[in-house]
Amino acid sequence: MDAVRSIFKRELAGYFGTPIAYVFLVIFLLLSGIFTFYMGQFFERGQADLVSFFSFHPWLYLFLVPALSMRLWAEERRTGTVELLLTLPVAPWQAVLGKFLASWLFIAVALLLTTPLWITVNVLGDPDNGVIVAGYTGSLLMAGAYLSVGACVSALTRNQVIAFVLSMTLCFLLVLSGFPLVLDLFSAWAPGLLVDAVAALSFLTHFNAVTRGVIDLQDLVYFLSMIVFFLFVNTVLVDLKKSE
Amino acid sequence: MSQVKVQNLRKRFGALTAVDSISFTVRTGEVLGFLGPNGAGKSTTMKMITGFLAPSGGAIEVAGFDVGEQPVEARRTIGYLPEGAPLYPDMTPAGLLDFVAGCRGLGGAEREQRVRETAARVNLDSVMFQRIETLSKGYKRRVGMAQAILHDPAVLILDEPTDGLDPTQKIEMRRLIRNMSRDKVIILSTHILEEVQSVCTRAIIISDGKLVANDTPAGLEARSRLHNQVILRIRMDGAQAGEESAMAAALRALPGVGEVKSAAAGGEAEFCIGAKGSAGIMDDVARFAHGQSWPVMELSRRRGSLEEVFTALTRSGE
Ligand SMILES: Nc1ncnc2c1ncn2[C@@H]1O[C@H](COP(=O)(O)OP(=O)(O)O)[C@@H](O)[C@H]1O
Ligand SMILES: [Mg+2]
Repeated sequence: MDAVRSIFKRELAGYFGTPIAYVFLVIFLLLSGIFTFYMGQFFERGQADLVSFFSFHPWLYLFLVPALSMRLWAEERRTGTVELLLTLPVAPWQAVLGKFLASWLFIAVALLLTTPLWITVNVLGDPDNGVIVAGYTGSLLMAGAYLSVGACVSALTRNQVIAFVLSMTLCFLLVLSGFPLVLDLFSAWAPGLLVDAVAALSFLTHFNAVTRGVIDLQDLVYFLSMIVFFLFVNTVLVDLKKSE
Repeated sequence: MSQVKVQNLRKRFGALTAVDSISFTVRTGEVLGFLGPNGAGKSTTMKMITGFLAPSGGAIEVAGFDVGEQPVEARRTIGYLPEGAPLYPDMTPAGLLDFVAGCRGLGGAEREQRVRETAARVNLDSVMFQRIETLSKGYKRRVGMAQAILHDPAVLILDEPTDGLDPTQKIEMRRLIRNMSRDKVIILSTHILEEVQSVCTRAIIISDGKLVANDTPAGLEARSRLHNQVILRIRMDGAQAGEESAMAAALRALPGVGEVKSAAAGGEAEFCIGAKGSAGIMDDVARFAHGQSWPVMELSRRRGSLEEVFTALTRSGE
C-alpha cells in the first residue's frame, strides 16, 4: 500500500503543479453554471432542484475526463519515466490504482466545488436533498467509469492527443448505447433482451436511474464493475506496452 | 556469494535477436562493465535484469530471487539508473527522492534521513527544490543516481552512467561508483574503454547480442596482439648502418619471438618484436642486443590495448 499511496500523492501533486488542474476546475465550474442556469432553463422551470445540472454531466465528462486521463500513461511512456516507475518495487496494478484514485479524487474536488449550487437551490426553494445526494454519488461513479476508460486508452499510446480522441470516442459510444435514438434503432428489429443488453451497457441508462433519486444496487454494481474491468485491462496494457 | 546470475538469457524483437544466449554471474564487491558497440544489447540485458522487459528465454536470479517469479522482491534489492536517466520533469529532486523512498516503503524519519544523506552524497543539496526540467544534464544524472542508491541496494545497475557528462563530471561519477563498490554488485554499461580500466573489476564484451568475452581488464588486454610486444630502438651508425633487415632476421630467429617489424629513419632503427607465447621475451632480446654490441637507445615492453581487443572482438557485426 506504500506504493499506491506514494503514486497517488505524486499524481495528485502533479495535477496541482501544472495549470491543467486550474483550467479544468474553472471550465468545469463555468460549464456547470452555464448548463444549469442558462441551457437548463433553471429559472423558467420554477423548480428548485439540480436535475438540469446533473443531466449535463455525461456530456461534460465526455470532454473533460479524457483531458484529465490522457496524460496518465501516455506521458510516462513518452518521457521514459515508465521505466523508472515500473522498476521500483511496484506491481503494475498498484501504479494503475494509484493514478486512477488520484484523478478520481481530483474530479471529486471539482464536484465539491459545485456545492454553492446546492446551497443556492436550498435558498431558493425546498429541493429533495436525497435526490441531490444520489445525483452527486451517481455523477462521481460515472466520472470514475469515464476515467477508467480514459486511463486504459492512455496506456495504448505515447501521444496524448490520440489518447484524448480515442477515449472520447469510446466514452461517447458507451453513452450513446443508452440513447433513445440508438435504442429505437435496435428495438425495431432486435429481441427485447438484446435491446436491454445494449441499454444496460450505457453510462446514461444507469446514471439517469441514479439521478432519479434511488441508488439501486444494480447501478452501483454496474459502475464499480466498469471501473474494475477497465482498470484490469489498463494493468494488462501497461504491462504489455510499457517497453515499446 | 553470487548476487546476480544470468543464464542463457535471450530476447527477440520480432525477427531481431537483441540478446542471444548470454550467461554470467556477478559477486558482491565486483564492478562488472558491459562493453559493446551501440545496439549490441547492453540496455536490453539490463532491462531484463531489472524486470522491465520479459526475456524470451533463460533465467535471471538477483539476490536469490527469480526475476520472473518474484519480480517485486527482486526489484527491492536493485537500484537502477535507466539509459538517459528519465525523470519526472515537473518534480523537484526533493519531491522525486521522497516519492521513490515512499514507493520503496521507507517512511517517517528514516525516509527523511535517507533522502538527506543521499542528496549530500551526490552533491544535490543546492538544487533540491528546483524543478528537474530546469537542471543541467550533470545534475539530472545525479538525481538519477540518487534515486538508484537511495535504499542502499545490494545490486546497482547503471546504464551508461557517464554518458553526456563533461570530463570532470565523468571523473566524479566514476569515483562515486568505485566508492560504493565494496558491499554491492555493480553492473554498468559503457562504450568508453578507459572507464572499464578505471572502475571495473571485470568486463563483458557484447557484440550483436552475444557475449564474446568475460574477463578482467588486464586479462582482456593480454588477449591483444600487441600484448608483451617489445620495442627495441638502435642507433644505426658504424657497423649497423643499412643492416636493419639482417638484424630483424636475427631477432626473428630467437626462441619465443614471433613477428618482427623494423623501420629505420634518421639514423635510428625501431624493431617491434612480437612474442609467440604468453611468456615475456624482454630478457632474451636484451641479452641478444647486448651480445651483439648494438647501441641500444630504448628497450620497452608494450601492454595490450583494450581498444584493439574490443575492435577485434566486435568487428564481426559491422
Ligand atoms: N523495444 C524494442 N523493439 C524493437 N527492437 C528493439 C527494442 N529495444 C531495443 N531494440 C533493438 O535491440 C538491439 C539492442 O538494443 P540495446 O539493448 O538498446 O543496445 P545497446 O544498449 O547495447 O546500445 C538494437 O538493435 C535495438 O534496435
Ligand atoms: Mg543502450
